[in-house]
Amino acid sequence: MLKYQSQKIALAYFAVAMALFVIQVTMGLVIGYIYLSPNTLAEVLPFNILRMLHTNSLIVWLITGFFGIAYFIIPDEAEREIASPQLAWLQLIILVVGTLGAVLTYVFNIAHGNWLLGMQGREFLEQPLWVKVGIVVAALIFLYNVTMTYLKGRKTAVANVLLLGLWGLALFFLFAFYNPSNLALDKMFWWWVVHLWVEGVWELIMAGVLAYLMLKLTGVDREMVEKWIYGLAALSLFTGILGTGHHYYWIGTPAYWQWIGSVFSAMEVIPFFAMVLFVFTMVWKGQREHPNQAALLWALGCAVLAFFGAGIWGFLHTLSPVNYWTHGTQVTMSHGHLAFFGAYVSLNLAFITYAMPYLTNRQPYNQVLNMISFWVMAGGITFMTFALTFAGAVQTHLQRVRGENFMDVQDELYLFFVMREIAGIILVIGVALYLYSIFVPRKEEIIAPAAKQPAE
Amino acid sequence: MQTKSAARNIFFGGTIFFFVVFVGLVAHSYSYIVNTSTPPLKDSVVRGKLVWEENACINCHTLLGEGAYYAPELGNVWKRYLANNDNDPKAAREAIITWIKSMPTGVEGRRQMPHFDLTDQQLNDLVDFFEWTSKINTQNWPPNLAG
Repeated sequence: MLKYQSQKIALAYFAVAMALFVIQVTMGLVIGYIYLSPNTLAEVLPFNILRMLHTNSLIVWLITGFFGIAYFIIPDEAEREIASPQLAWLQLIILVVGTLGAVLTYVFNIAHGNWLLGMQGREFLEQPLWVKVGIVVAALIFLYNVTMTYLKGRKTAVANVLLLGLWGLALFFLFAFYNPSNLALDKMFWWWVVHLWVEGVWELIMAGVLAYLMLKLTGVDREMVEKWIYGLAALSLFTGILGTGHHYYWIGTPAYWQWIGSVFSAMEVIPFFAMVLFVFTMVWKGQREHPNQAALLWALGCAVLAFFGAGIWGFLHTLSPVNYWTHGTQVTMSHGHLAFFGAYVSLNLAFITYAMPYLTNRQPYNQVLNMISFWVMAGGITFMTFALTFAGAVQTHLQRVRGENFMDVQDELYLFFVMREIAGIILVIGVALYLYSIFVPRKEEIIAPAAKQPAE
Repeated sequence: MQTKSAARNIFFGGTIFFFVVFVGLVAHSYSYIVNTSTPPLKDSVVRGKLVWEENACINCHTLLGEGAYYAPELGNVWKRYLANNDNDPKAAREAIITWIKSMPTGVEGRRQMPHFDLTDQQLNDLVDFFEWTSKINTQNWPPNLAG
């Protein structure tokens, strides 16, 4: 059922991504539990190490997923095999070795303080220098591979936007190597990686992948999708680039960023709303009833949850007069979790749901189970977001308005942290259902979908 | 087809425009940070920042509001300790160092800070880094000493 045999490489990328996904949510459960019972593991694996595993595995699996997605989409769009499947394998091996290296370095504190081998201490960019270099090498191999495939084949708007996002991802990562001694400068350029990724070029990847899924799942004309896609990309970057200003309020940067950041980041809601409009319009206009309804559910869910998580929950605390009070509280935490899940976790899970039947050469399977896993995960993350939002509101009032001591305030939030942990358990159950539904194909459906027989 | 190529041109043109504006503002901010909003860098502050990074402090604490939210804000920890020590810098420095050295407390039900093997010089460098950080012009953030 695969059009091009080299697309199959995506399966290996998805397997690695899902393994890291399991590590990510497991670590999330552990550190969520440490909030409740703080002596847990305190002298074996302290909170900071476990949190690095939680955040780093998230970032690496999302990117690994993007690579896999690109290796699936680009041949299909370019209408030819991947330039070099061997290089794609080499790239994956480098990523896996680097990831293992980073994990071992964090857990055993290998080569502490060594400039090349030791862990580096900027948030999310803690990987030892040699791992960062490995990531760049892997990214270069990847860009060479997909770009060559693209250049020799058909050039579509979907591929253009997707590739632009992936090039941007690699280019902005280079700022991970620039760490000025002046903390304010350090922070200013740190956001060139972090913000320009998730609120910049990653949105191009999201637009490209959603566009591809709409094309395949709804059967709308390519022309219609292509009319939208540059609009989505333009809205993302026109708001997102200067929207970086919402991180430049309180770090030593000039006061004018409060205006620029507030105005442009308030408009960052627009591209996410446009993506919701886009997917629902495509479904409405689409003629075809694609047999993979689970993938469609995930794609629609991705747009909607990203709109709430990145859009609404971002707007909630993005205006500088609000952010002055909420910056760095549990409000930030609530936004971070729903935004990452809605936008980039769901995007990957949507695509994997779509691609797995092709990669395993069967009709869509375990669809109802997969759809249940969507609702369980979405329910869990929403519950978590509400718990943390209320925690953040209480914290903002007690700590920022009334000036009460941080640790005393944290004690007051205990109940919210219990709810967050329950939400986390629900989420992890959803993850388990999802993994079962995609990795354990069955001859007969556990629950048969209600839909009519697939066409053809 | 025409709308598509128009949309593409608007996208590329607009992106370049906004990125150029952004780079210009960041370049201005760069010189503002170096010349106006941050005190001059001493060697000890540079070393102290390295101590901060090598021990992954940011994965429990926030620094100017960024980091993990498990432990207190440290961007203004210097001011907090000054206030608690009658504005005596020497006493504040001693108090911070003593605090770090006495970790973990092991008290049941309290969040634990790990034990870090730091030399006296590293501890003093770290405090210099905190003191320097507390003097960044952050537009009066955080709202109060609690951070």
